Amino acid sequence: MALLALAPLVVILGYLLAGGLPAISWEFLTQGPSNMMRSGGIFPALVGTFLLVVGSSLVAVPLGVAGGLYLSEYAGPGVFTRLIRLAVLNLAGVPSVVYGLFGLGFFVVLLKMGVSVLAGSLTLGLLVLPIVIAATEEAARNVPDSHRHASLALGATRWATVWNVILPGARPGILTGTILAVSRVAGETAPIMFTAAAFFLPRLPGSPFDPVMALPYHLYVLSTEVARADPKIRLGTALVLVGLILLSNLVAIVLRARMRAKQGGGGV
Amino acid sequence: MRLARNKTPGPRRRAGAHEGRPAEFVLAGLASLSLVALGLICLFLVKDALPLFADYPAGGFFAGREWQPVSTNVRFGLIPLLTGSLVVALGAGLIAVPLAIGVALFVSEVAPRWVRELLKPAMELLAAIPSVVYGFFGLVVLSRWLQSAFGLNSGLNALNGSVLLAVMALPTMVTLSEDALRAVPQSYRNASLAMGASRLETMLHVTLPAARSGIAAAVMLGIGRVVGETMTVLMVTGNASQITFLLFDSVRTMTATVAAEMAETAWGSLHYHALFAIGLTLFAITFAINALADVMLRKKVS
Repeated sequence: MALLALAPLVVILGYLLAGGLPAISWEFLTQGPSNMMRSGGIFPALVGTFLLVVGSSLVAVPLGVAGGLYLSEYAGPGVFTRLIRLAVLNLAGVPSVVYGLFGLGFFVVLLKMGVSVLAGSLTLGLLVLPIVIAATEEAARNVPDSHRHASLALGATRWATVWNVILPGARPGILTGTILAVSRVAGETAPIMFTAAAFFLPRLPGSPFDPVMALPYHLYVLSTEVARADPKIRLGTALVLVGLILLSNLVAIVLRARMRAKQGGGGV
Repeated sequence: MRLARNKTPGPRRRAGAHEGRPAEFVLAGLASLSLVALGLICLFLVKDALPLFADYPAGGFFAGREWQPVSTNVRFGLIPLLTGSLVVALGAGLIAVPLAIGVALFVSEVAPRWVRELLKPAMELLAAIPSVVYGFFGLVVLSRWLQSAFGLNSGLNALNGSVLLAVMALPTMVTLSEDALRAVPQSYRNASLAMGASRLETMLHVTLPAARSGIAAAVMLGIGRVVGETMTVLMVTGNASQITFLLFDSVRTMTATVAAEMAETAWGSLHYHALFAIGLTLFAITFAINALADVMLRKKVS
């Protein structure tokens, strides 16, 4: 019965590997597309995805860690806390295309950033903010109370405790959350469709205000609009995208397992 | 309900720099940015959607039965898109819910430990696959399977979308249902078995009903995720904006409409505002579903 649930995973991965592996080569990964997108490589898309990942992390990680630490260490039982929690839960539930609309209306148009890496990073950063907040809060809560008490007993202020004891203790969990957020960003298409992505750019982006190519968007357009595209190229793109994401997820899973083992053994 | 014991303890009302109060305000401020962001999203959706109703009747939008944004007789009727989203989501639910509950029951009640250890990462990986890859798979592989299996003209229809969305909703539903089942006290099972019921009878008549609200919440959250899906349905459901409830028909969802048409719409045009109006509707729907699921999760705890 459980095998039924695993079957889709096996089928999809198998299909991608079988069809896409032949397409992967050094040229594929380091060159741009050619011949009207029908052949060539995916390098600019890789660069674009990398930029978006970095940009969105710069937004999501500081804000997310701050939010998570607040919820774990400072938040009281009042209305304010409930509102924040409600907001985080709802942000997590907003459809990705609605984030795209918001990014378009707010960052691209109102703040006049244009279709750019900047707008895309901000939009994507918002999208994954709940992930980082939740991971940070859980990681902070897992730091044993005895650590907090010891620090305060030595005379440290609450903030000093948070900075010197809780934060380092929560670091693995925060890292896991960041990795999960990053892999989510790498795969999202709808939020960047109107805020950052372009299908074909003759040059690599030179400033944060330039648009970029991106792996998931590249796959989408290759699949739906490019006639007579070499199917190997599409499969190769899909394989690289999924490969990167699964790799980072596996890293996150392994990190988490090691963390659990360490904590089971008695903490720092 | 989390107890307060995990918070860094300390007197709350006493002022003084030695308490590190500035840090608390800074962190509170940064945390409240989530609230600000949610409010901004709501605000901007409304701001860019309302202008539609200056030039197009609200009734025509919400009850209109045709979505023709670029014909000579422009119509912005939501109904075909609404039914499109509905059909695909319900189809996905029909496939995913029995499967998810079955797997959750199996894993939490029957299977040996290692199955659970294997399933959890597998579910996470399944959830990590981006929707555009699912769409790609559906476009190229699943459509051909459906075409030959059912003798159709085209495999790009609501069923294709439902199957893929079911797979995408599965991890959420399985994980949360399993949590709900494990939360049922062992005493319930013991009592049932002591009275002579078989393990199957216990599972179906005691454990499962006891986990009812948790499982309901799991289903709602899974469906909520499915309603908001964009790329997958954009690529595989055929994109014909028609009102139909047949799974073999081509349909268009609200999400796919926004994604597909926004790129070619002039900023500030009526079409632009209509798309934002769809976005606002989507926001409201997913908000409602998540609120409902949240209520159900709270009921489970008490």
